[in-house]
Amino acid sequence: MLYREAGQFKASYAEDAQIFPIRQDRIGFWLLMLVFGVAVPFLASEYWLKAILIPVLIFSLAALGLNILTGYAGQLSLGSAAFMAVGAFAAYNFILRIEGMPFLVALVLAGLTAAAVGILFGLPSLRIKGFYLAVATLAAQFFIVWALVKFPWFSNNSSSGVVTAQDVTILGYTFATPEAKYVLTFLIVAFMALLAKNMVRSSTGRAWMAVRDMDVAAQVIGFRLMRTKLLAFAVSSFYCGVAGALYAYTYIGTVEPEGFNLDLSFKILFMIIIGGVGSIMGSFLGAAFIVLLPIFLDNFVPMIFGDSLGAGFVSNFQLIIFGGLIIFFLIVEPHGLARLWQIAKEKLRLWPFPH
Amino acid sequence: MQFFIEVLVGGLLSGVMYALVALGFVLIYKASGVFNFAQGAMVFFAALTFVGFQEVLPGWLGMAADSSIVFWLAFLLAFLAMIVLGVATERIVLRPLVNQPHITLFMATIGLTYVIEGIAQMTWGATVRGLDLGIVDEPIAWLMDNYEIGISKFDLFAAGVAASLVALLALLFQYTKVGRALRAVADDHQAALSIGIPLQTIWRVVWAVAGFVALVAGMIWGARNGVQFALTFTALKALPVLILGGFTSVPGAIVGGLIIGASEKLAEVYVGPFVGGGIEGWFPYMLALAFLLVRPEGLFGEKHIDRV
Repeated sequence: MLYREAGQFKASYAEDAQIFPIRQDRIGFWLLMLVFGVAVPFLASEYWLKAILIPVLIFSLAALGLNILTGYAGQLSLGSAAFMAVGAFAAYNFILRIEGMPFLVALVLAGLTAAAVGILFGLPSLRIKGFYLAVATLAAQFFIVWALVKFPWFSNNSSSGVVTAQDVTILGYTFATPEAKYVLTFLIVAFMALLAKNMVRSSTGRAWMAVRDMDVAAQVIGFRLMRTKLLAFAVSSFYCGVAGALYAYTYIGTVEPEGFNLDLSFKILFMIIIGGVGSIMGSFLGAAFIVLLPIFLDNFVPMIFGDSLGAGFVSNFQLIIFGGLIIFFLIVEPHGLARLWQIAKEKLRLWPFPH
Repeated sequence: MQFFIEVLVGGLLSGVMYALVALGFVLIYKASGVFNFAQGAMVFFAALTFVGFQEVLPGWLGMAADSSIVFWLAFLLAFLAMIVLGVATERIVLRPLVNQPHITLFMATIGLTYVIEGIAQMTWGATVRGLDLGIVDEPIAWLMDNYEIGISKFDLFAAGVAASLVALLALLFQYTKVGRALRAVADDHQAALSIGIPLQTIWRVVWAVAGFVALVAGMIWGARNGVQFALTFTALKALPVLILGGFTSVPGAIVGGLIIGASEKLAEVYVGPFVGGGIEGWFPYMLALAFLLVRPEGLFGEKHIDRV
């Protein structure tokens, strides 16, 4: 009844090309921004901010990065965590070694460093495709983590390889409380998501999708494969790098290279598969799902079976449930949560008079 | 020179063990086009099941723990468990996902990895166990005395097992009815279906055979390093072998394993000290990557021709 585009006329190209052509969507979007940007910092408890909301936002950004590469440009990558590590350690070193480095500039520089590394490891994609490429990106994963561990310069000669992120200070204001850190993360993620949304709607995004659907055909009609693929790797790594820096600075505070292991890469891959490959919104839904699922299982499994079971049993049971749910989701909705949302929207447009 | 040969042969023989794991990948990829990430978990599951049965069987049957009946019965039961696992996977995971993109199937096998790891540890516990095959891990005395080259008996035994396994698989593929059907399915699913080859039965057979390979690999790896969770990482060791040899080639898995094993050990010994050591983790990947730049389909992989 309410969700209807009837009566909304577009009088200019700009109106026709906007991100949300339906007014209800626009209102909903701004409501969402208000809730998460203004209301949540006031209402949410510290636990919620620190353990759920901030990680969901950060992983959304990383998933967004991978989604650009895998979902839009069609290059499967298993090394996203390594690019996050590059971002985190680059930001740490820029702030450490350059006097008076502003945080946001360091963030951008960290992203650019990750992008440069991403281009380097994206070069094989010009020759290799599919699973061969996926396995090749594992080289990035293992090599980068190894390099960060082996060369103590990266972690400022810390004996254990663990670095503690400096305070986040912008224009003299130090982001110390979880609320402040959340708002900062939210603003950065929202801005970059908007950027990504516009990027995939533009000629860049169309080039990526053409290459994804069939790269030989794309080349025949005049897309430059090298530029397109490497740009996808660069942008994707930039997003992952920024996500990594935020991970270190606004989420856990102390990072070590081993924390960015293959498991994390897989998690990010799960996020985009469950959220929806080739969908900006899917990255957010998938990240929320993957971050919330273990927390949910932590509370849920002991509740059902009681505390009598050993911790080992519970953790194994969670493993089974986690894997089982992933398989279940893939079988039930291979296009992810974003697709479910799309179907719901289509239904809503006709409801309650579907004929 | 002696040291070089020792490292080289040691590397080649450890490469055989990688090849054993890679073999399981190749079998499944060939027949069903599924890149089965769960192979490492299957190796772990198989080894753990074998050791687990070895522990409980003497109690059930009232026999001595080191009798050969217990050994073979445990082997049989573990093989049976792998068949059940394979059939269940085909029925629950693969069948509903027919015709989905490869990446979806790949992701499903990662989910499967978690499930198998969870089930294995839930059933048998998470303690590290030893596995005794009755072959000691010591240098062959004759070679040591005459040429001062230390080559482990165990490594040689593993190589022998791998060789006979490959021979067995080759026979199975070449001379049996099932093998012919397997090759037909690997060649062209639709054509195989249209001449009446039951695709799902074939998939079940393939998963069972891959389970058998996983069991053998798990027993050898387990005897070497103990049966523990780290066995699941053998899959990561097998991946560069796989892309080097080509996803679809059994000989490729063996040759790839030999190359990776030898070069990895040589690099660790001769290059490692200059960069701080520990390069075994990524060197095979870099090698495979460099190799792929020259031959994108791997050593023995099928050449992919793009058509618009």
